Amino acid sequence: MIETLQALAEPNRFQIVELLRAGPRPVGDMVEQLGLRQPQVSKHLRVLSEAGLVHVRVDAQRRIYALRAAPLRELEQWIGRYRRIWEANFQRLDAVLEELKTKEKKRGRKKRTSAD
Amino acid sequence: MTRVFDAPRALVFKAWTTPELLKRWLYGPEDWRLAVCEFDPRVGGTVRFEWRDRTGKGMGLSGVCREIAAPEKLVFTETWDEDWTGGETLVTMVFAEHAGKTTVTQTVLYSSQAARDGALKTGMEHGAARSYDRLAELLPSMA
Repeated sequence: MIETLQALAEPNRFQIVELLRAGPRPVGDMVEQLGLRQPQVSKHLRVLSEAGLVHVRVDAQRRIYALRAAPLRELEQWIGRYRRIWEANFQRLDAVLEELKTKEKKRGRKKRTSAD
Repeated sequence: MTRVFDAPRALVFKAWTTPELLKRWLYGPEDWRLAVCEFDPRVGGTVRFEWRDRTGKGMGLSGVCREIAAPEKLVFTETWDEDWTGGETLVTMVFAEHAGKTTVTQTVLYSSQAARDGALKTGMEHGAARSYDRLAELLPSMA
């Protein structure tokens, strides 16, 4: 997963992954979209490929790149572990707040009663 | 990180800043409990949190209160005992109330520079970090 994160941490590679989110694309298309030179884009694609984030298919003269879901799924699972800790905490906090609200209401009623 | 709670912000602030209340909901991974929860609710006051599992294994953090504006805002520093964050971090919590509901927004500034000289010059926002305080004394009406 460190390899996935390192591959994504480079801004141009992150942009490539974002472009590929919409579907497979040929290299030339990405060169145009990113405003980079072809060798730079190819170098970034090689890093992404080595990290398992993209795979390539050759179609006649064109090399078409697509995202691979596996490393992204791994990232999602990792983030999910932290999200679950917080969600469990927040659900307990919801219950504490309900109790505080009920106490406040009772106190409010008592005040009114003693004032009467 | 942002989360909406169905309660007025005075209560949310109280639940987030009262040790006895924090201990009831702020668990660690694997349901580690908050065994130690200290907060000195003054600018410059110390903060200490320790989580432990049943075997006594745990993790902790220490910090200093930088700004308190109940029930709207809290700013404090934190440093984990095992330094996972590359030095001190600065946590800002904002409590915004709308139509009886409260949105809590927590921002953590990471800075290795801060760990060295206390100055937060650079940093990055981080989605899932921790924050807590104890401000019971500031909230006499909330008892």
